[in-house]
Amino acid sequence: MSESKSPIVEKIREGVIGFGMARWIIVAFLFIIWIVAALWTDENLGKMFGDCLVRTGMNGVLVLALLLPVRAGNGLNFGLPLGIVCGLIGGIIGMEFAAEEPFGIFATSEFLSRGWSGFIFAHVVALPLAALCGLALGWLVERVRGQEMMVGIYVGFGAIAGMCVIWLVIPVKSQELVLPIGGHGVRQTVLIDDYYTRILDHWPRSAEEGASAPEALLHRVFDFGTMEPVEAGNAKPRTRAEARSWVPHRKYTGFFVPVGVLLYWLGMCGLLALFLRTRIGVAMTAAGSNPDFARSIGIHVPRMRIASMVASTMLGAVGILVYSQSYGFYQLYKAPLWMAFPTVAALLLGGASLKKASVFHVIIGTLLFQSLLTTSLPVVNTLVKDSAYASSLSNLPEIARLIIQNGVILYALSRVTGGRK
Amino acid sequence: MNRLVAFLAANVVPIMFLGISAAGIIMADLTLSSVSSDVSERVFRNLFLVLSLIIPIVAGLGLNFGIVLGAMAGQIGLILIQNGKIGGLEGLFVATAGSIPLAILFGYLTGLLFNRTRGREMITGIILGFFANGIYQFVFLILAGPVIPLHAEDVLLTKRNLDGTVSPLMGLRVTMNLTMIEAALDYPLEHFAPDGWIRKMSASMFGDRFAGSIPIRFGGVKWATIPILTLLTNVALCFGLTWFLRTKLGQDLRAVGQDSHVAEVSGIRVDRCRIIAIIMSMVLAAMGQIIFLQNMAVMNTYQSHEQVGFYAIAALLVGGATVSRASIWNAIFGTILFHLLIVVVSTAGSRLESPQIGEYLREFFAYAVIGVTLALHAWRSKRG
Repeated sequence: MSESKSPIVEKIREGVIGFGMARWIIVAFLFIIWIVAALWTDENLGKMFGDCLVRTGMNGVLVLALLLPVRAGNGLNFGLPLGIVCGLIGGIIGMEFAAEEPFGIFATSEFLSRGWSGFIFAHVVALPLAALCGLALGWLVERVRGQEMMVGIYVGFGAIAGMCVIWLVIPVKSQELVLPIGGHGVRQTVLIDDYYTRILDHWPRSAEEGASAPEALLHRVFDFGTMEPVEAGNAKPRTRAEARSWVPHRKYTGFFVPVGVLLYWLGMCGLLALFLRTRIGVAMTAAGSNPDFARSIGIHVPRMRIASMVASTMLGAVGILVYSQSYGFYQLYKAPLWMAFPTVAALLLGGASLKKASVFHVIIGTLLFQSLLTTSLPVVNTLVKDSAYASSLSNLPEIARLIIQNGVILYALSRVTGGRK
Repeated sequence: MNRLVAFLAANVVPIMFLGISAAGIIMADLTLSSVSSDVSERVFRNLFLVLSLIIPIVAGLGLNFGIVLGAMAGQIGLILIQNGKIGGLEGLFVATAGSIPLAILFGYLTGLLFNRTRGREMITGIILGFFANGIYQFVFLILAGPVIPLHAEDVLLTKRNLDGTVSPLMGLRVTMNLTMIEAALDYPLEHFAPDGWIRKMSASMFGDRFAGSIPIRFGGVKWATIPILTLLTNVALCFGLTWFLRTKLGQDLRAVGQDSHVAEVSGIRVDRCRIIAIIMSMVLAAMGQIIFLQNMAVMNTYQSHEQVGFYAIAALLVGGATVSRASIWNAIFGTILFHLLIVVVSTAGSRLESPQIGEYLREFFAYAVIGVTLALHAWRSKRG
């Protein structure tokens, strides 16, 4: 043991240990997958890395939504589907404005339904709704102290099942939304191609895609993707008004950084990290880590906890909008039923526990978990393609996801011994 | 008057369910006899599973969402007899015998986990069910065939070759037709040889058409069918539970459920009691799943067990049970009421609107009733 260790080496050593065993294992596993992919498959590694970043940005806001409830002492917010449903409502209402007579009472508005303005309008509808729902959820959770997570799971499930009935009877008029039979009710999956598909992922746009000069400059600096030639049918906008809302359907064949969505997500992470350093943020953390002490210094603990649920539900609504713009569909009905579980697993994989979580955990957890999911599926599929057992073996990544995801949650649940009565 | 109000307040959930069912019957103009025969079939199919939840509640473990693992053990037993081609009542016995050791093992492991996650058993149980489902899929989709020596053609996934031969693949079929044990408990006589002595004896005693179930007719229409052996099994379980809870061990469990500190101080080994309660629940759930599937006669290999916990727990709660208090009567009434509502909502839904509305409403009610009961319970216990 030499005493002449430089502080930098010591720092790195601390960092390595602090990163945690579980995360190093995942990183090692990811490298193994990448090496296997490079040596034995003809997967395009560049595209794979790009996909990892896309999926990370796509799910990032949803994971971020779980942060504040953990810090405020509400545990893992399994009621996330409530926020998701609010986001979906915002998105569908926005899209309906492209119809000839939205809901039979409004006038058509391309402004409210398509392009950036449409994406923002979806937020505008979703956020107040999510704030109200979050208030209700927070109020309920505050009253069932000790069983927050159980009640959260059932609030989430109930919200999804209840919305299934409502989706079926909403009187939408838009041809792209309405169920083909019956004339009312919304479809299972709604294509958002002509509205705002990948609007964040593909920001900034290039000059020929109708971007303004600063945006086009940014595009030249940041957008280092390998692109296929623009397909026929994906014609350029003709008028300036069209250009404003036009979303390029680019197809990337190589490495690609979804600059816009990563900026959006990391920006939110940064704002939240700043918020946690403000008076209210510190009070919220105190309410979670030591409620008695918090009360004694004059913090209204229940109010902090309810506020954390409101923020979480609102972020959940934003999260699903970001997710859907990248995915290209709104998936309604029972599709979001299980969404809370992989999200929770990502946060826990990042190193969070039932009581402690930080923005760093959110970023690392989302990146690792989503990269794992994104890369393992195509690699395993190409590897087993020629095997006689291909049909069964191709389920392996999905099975692995189930085991890892729920194993991580179980581990977190068993690590903190719940108060013996 | 006060007592009436107290009674109503204590039984909000069952009364609400009865009200909704009645409204559904009237609005959709359903035939009472067809509703009741549907309900009776579902009740006999599900009651055993619901009863398997009672012991952990008495022992203070709350609603055992872990019965999914017990159901898996039952299904593994069924896979074994399907593979060995053992049918009839004998097949049911072998399946049960094969699943019990597994259920005990699963119960023991679950118990250990629950002892580490005290106060959070329910959510741990839910996640454990998902986790175990992953393991189950791994074992039966990947390992079955190449590693686990299952061989029967109607168990494994198969591939038809170009020359017409059929070669087995990896993994189990997604659905299995359990024809060999189809209704083996409900109609046991159908599984004996037509000219065997058992059939002859029963024909001489009860007539030719008797196969093990008695239809209840009233005013010319069938109101219900009572499967004798299934009924007897459930009644035996009810008496067995009542008896068990009066034994020394049963009283210990009760004491643990009421106050684990006091129990610990008075010399009861709390952790051991909790594990025993979970093991018993798992074994009963395995048997319950076998009874359920012999009636359905079709097994979704990878899905049949998933929703077992949700529906059984919803049924028990509808009967007025709570997280900390449940009786056999809660289970019986709850099963009847819950399945009454399911039958009413799904038939009424398909008559009034699209059939999907019925399905979604059914799920919504199942989730809502669990959520509301949990919330009410947590609320009351916090105030009280």
